[in-house]
Amino acid sequence: MKYVSEYRDADLVKGVLDEICRTVTQPWVVMEICGGQTHSIVRYGIDQLLPSEIELVHGPGCPVCVTPLELIDKAIAIASRPEVIFTSYGDMLRVPGSERDLFSVRASGGDVRVVYSPLDAVKLAQQNPDREVVFFAIGFETTAPPNAMSVSQAQALGLDNFSVLVSEVRVPPAIHAILGSPHNRVQGFLAAGHVCAVMGYWEYPPIAETYNVPIVVTGFEPLDIVRGVLHVVRLLESGEVAVENAYARAVTFEGNKPAQALIERVFETCDRKWRGIGVIPQSGWKLRPEFAAFDAERRFQVADIQAEESPLCIAGLILQGLKKPHDCEAFGRQCTPEHPLGATMVSAEGACAAYYRYGRFTNE
Amino acid sequence: MCLGVPGRVNEIYEANGLKMGKVDFGGVKREVCLEYVPEVEIGEYVIVHVGFAINQMSEEEAEETLDLLRQIINIEDEIGPEGGVT
Repeated sequence: MKYVSEYRDADLVKGVLDEICRTVTQPWVVMEICGGQTHSIVRYGIDQLLPSEIELVHGPGCPVCVTPLELIDKAIAIASRPEVIFTSYGDMLRVPGSERDLFSVRASGGDVRVVYSPLDAVKLAQQNPDREVVFFAIGFETTAPPNAMSVSQAQALGLDNFSVLVSEVRVPPAIHAILGSPHNRVQGFLAAGHVCAVMGYWEYPPIAETYNVPIVVTGFEPLDIVRGVLHVVRLLESGEVAVENAYARAVTFEGNKPAQALIERVFETCDRKWRGIGVIPQSGWKLRPEFAAFDAERRFQVADIQAEESPLCIAGLILQGLKKPHDCEAFGRQCTPEHPLGATMVSAEGACAAYYRYGRFTNE
Repeated sequence: MCLGVPGRVNEIYEANGLKMGKVDFGGVKREVCLEYVPEVEIGEYVIVHVGFAINQMSEEEAEETLDLLRQIINIEDEIGPEGGVT
């Protein structure tokens, strides 16, 4: 497959790994903040192929994982209503709320459907004028343009039976929160390629300068990831603080302007709670007041639902790079992908789920 | 969810006032919203996320990256496998 197979070429990956070995002279902690990259790193064993000086830690880059528990409970409350067709990206259905998940709502008669694109949910609203269609609009900057388009399209089509349950989060404020923590260990960042494909990387130079940390925009294929690591190690070894783009085939400095314009029209920034971490100021988007009619939390009056996390879970420490999944007492015991206790186990892109799936039960 | 996949635009049309298209992912074809890549033409590659093209793929940059990385390997061949390892 073009633009995929070339970037999985084992000889090229090995060549770049050798170059990293030649470059590195001391220990460095590098964080990726994208669930797709975390999954790729563990799947291909890239962290184990890197020289021992380089420790990769896995930041809060999985949108399913960081969606707060009370939002899952809100989704379940809405999806349980008889007049509602509840639509969602597939990976949200098995995320457990405080008592059950969306799959079990469906099993007990709720109309819960997986959609491939948010526009499919809009289409369902057109086809079912006597039902309320709700779309679970979660995700990072990558899903914001599709989610914003669903609202804009519903408005253009004059649909009054469509609404969205929004949990949009943004990466740069999370990087601020991690680097600004007194316990921070992270010395270099791999920035998420597709987040930057949408938003560009103009937000990153001030972060790099403030915290003295190099940031390299990085793609998802094995070759992209080792190349991102090579760039960040070169910068760290030379003491240079810069933002570089190692994913230029998909990312420009400015990003996708039409996508940013629609996000800006539909959403405004707000404080958001991240599962496992807590509230990060200005780290999310919510609907602008002029789109309040499409806000499912308002329409179904679920804004007051609260939830408590399991006291055993150390997802917060894992998401900040302070602990690894196998450091957790509950990992693989009380907490498994079938019965996840917290953020990092709930989706295949979470660090704990990836470690579990690929058999990383010890620090070997 | 964050795995955007590159695909080739095979067909472009309009539906409900939106620029849409058929995109081929190594044989699997899907309908994709092209509203965010207004300049894309048939035969070009886009990165697709949840049914939306979020950017065009730069063929030039893709080739340049591979060339750069091949050079790293060639340098290694010239100086030998142990050369320069610290």
